[in-house]
Amino acid sequence: MNAPLTLFEKVWANHLVIDADPSLLYADLHLVHEVTSPQAFAGLKASRRTVRRPDLTIGTVDHGIPTTNRALGIRDPLSKRQIDAMVENCREHGITLFGLDDPRQGIVHVVGPEQGLTQPGLLVVCGDSHTSTHGAFGALAFGIGTTEVEHVLATQTIWQARPQTMAVEVEGSLPWGVAAKDLILGIIAQIGVSGGARHVIEYRGETIHDLTMEQRMTICNMSIEGGARAGMIAPDETTIRYIEGRPFAPKGKQWEEAVEAWEQLVTDEDATFDKVAEIDAGRLVPHVSWGVNPAQTVPVTGQVPSPDSYDDPLQRDAAVRALEYMALRPGTPILDIAIDHVFLGSCTNGRIEDLRAAAKVLEGRKVDSRVNAVVVPGSMQVKAQAEAEGLHDVFESAGFSWRDAGCSSCLAMNPDVIPAGERCASTSNRNYEGRQGRGARTHLVSPAMAAAAAVAGHFVDVREWEGS
Amino acid sequence: MRPVTTITGRMVPLDRSDVDTDQIIPQQFLKRIERDGYGEFLFYNWAHTDDGTPSSDFIINDPVRQGAKVLVTGPNFGCGSSREHAPWAIQQWGFDAVITPSAADIFRNNSSNVGLLVVELPQEVVSQLVDLAATPGAEVTIDLESQTVTADGIEEHFDFDPTAKDRLLRGLDPIGVTLTHEELISAHEQARDDRLPTTVEAGASTP
Repeated sequence: MNAPLTLFEKVWANHLVIDADPSLLYADLHLVHEVTSPQAFAGLKASRRTVRRPDLTIGTVDHGIPTTNRALGIRDPLSKRQIDAMVENCREHGITLFGLDDPRQGIVHVVGPEQGLTQPGLLVVCGDSHTSTHGAFGALAFGIGTTEVEHVLATQTIWQARPQTMAVEVEGSLPWGVAAKDLILGIIAQIGVSGGARHVIEYRGETIHDLTMEQRMTICNMSIEGGARAGMIAPDETTIRYIEGRPFAPKGKQWEEAVEAWEQLVTDEDATFDKVAEIDAGRLVPHVSWGVNPAQTVPVTGQVPSPDSYDDPLQRDAAVRALEYMALRPGTPILDIAIDHVFLGSCTNGRIEDLRAAAKVLEGRKVDSRVNAVVVPGSMQVKAQAEAEGLHDVFESAGFSWRDAGCSSCLAMNPDVIPAGERCASTSNRNYEGRQGRGARTHLVSPAMAAAAAVAGHFVDVREWEGS
Repeated sequence: MRPVTTITGRMVPLDRSDVDTDQIIPQQFLKRIERDGYGEFLFYNWAHTDDGTPSSDFIINDPVRQGAKVLVTGPNFGCGSSREHAPWAIQQWGFDAVITPSAADIFRNNSSNVGLLVVELPQEVVSQLVDLAATPGAEVTIDLESQTVTADGIEEHFDFDPTAKDRLLRGLDPIGVTLTHEELISAHEQARDDRLPTTVEAGASTP
């Protein structure tokens, strides 16, 4: 009888080339984008090395690309040079690229799952911290830096210190109007922005089992915001149904073999975790961030907290600085905070279910005249699907701008920059200072909450609107 | 890579927690395709006013702090984005090491890969160093071989990943080290299941 293992331990063991500390692991899938790869390709060239497995490498462009008027080309000369380098590097090394004119182009963490490349049990790496998204399929997926990108290109392997294991046990049903985004913000509020450091989280329990794949991706996506090395969810029927028939999914006999293998990817009954956190989803409410890190959130029914409510002096100092940056006063009801912008998109909340949730709120309503509201689908496939469902009509009739796919205002590397001093309700993942533009003030929310805020011009409790 | 052995130099205190990589190097400086030229953009938004002039009250702009070698800062340093531009910017400003109660996982790996020494010490010791560093001339010595930090009234051991330590001390190229294990990599590669996905498009020729 073998010792009981966690899901993470099984996937880790399957990829060990050298079992030591750190271990050498073999990567099954390497996702590459334009911002963190050019120096890696240049390094390869300088040392006269080649890409070992272009057939396990895929490229897309997402971070720095415009979301309007693409036919006119990229106006920012630095971004253009970066995209041109990406195209040339992929061409030179025989890497499949979903370029700007490809109907499959999109955010790297939307595209991988959508194309069926992300599969249970794989080891997935990418020069982007939100690679944790792919863990929603029971893959071990984590972000790496540019030197490591070069290392994976050259060797298809990566050195990693063995992380510890952490279970986040979620019980209870998500109440009406409470989204997967609220669940992960609630988890981060509980464990803190470094609560998952040096750990791989497995999200477990009935609530997680009942989530759709897209909701699971929203959860795993923000694992890094809790400091975790990766987040994982065991594959089940929902996972298998999602993957079946996608372009890069296994077919025929290989599909049957794959499903059989995936069914083994569960944490054994008696396996133990180094750390456990428990969350009651039934008590969650919609969250809104008030500060400058993703743990600085409160329920929409709450108020901006006072720094004095923190015992830890470091947290207290951080709260003082956050309030100053966000131009908020303690005790202000969240519902009284007026907004100037709404950004609906990103690898956290730019998928079709996110767009549907927002559109449902917007049906028959108009964006407040003081609000500039934008939808950036996570991929061109998401955009096409939304248009097939008529969602673009709902958004445009309400007064939203309907864009092409990319990372856009999540990190504002493209022209979609939020101006200094202005306030944005954003479905993205980071409310850091300057994240959406120097001086821009970000409030993280779910897609439905963002849509409702766009209509009202300030935050509202979407639970009072849903089904109305 | 240049070997990292002993670092002696002046300290710059940045007593804040959860300093994310967006603060270390903001997004607008990630468009370049080169590996150098990031030093002048370190902590850009904190170090500059709205019109782009250097803020005289931000510590790294203080003339007496120029030439400092060690950044002493709060916990969870380098959280957020995986951008390696963050350790590049810190190094290219002139720092050789960061002392913190805890570094974020990806940042720690990235720093180790580029030869920026990240030393994790208990909060009390870091607080003592922050106090010392209030005096601009105060020096600290970090010895990687013995894993010791020494400053006025402080001598503290730190933990360090032994593999990374060996690589840093010898200045080895990580890819070169890995390729010495070619046989093991090939063996793993050949044993992989045929059903595992490839990114080759239907109809395309296999490279």
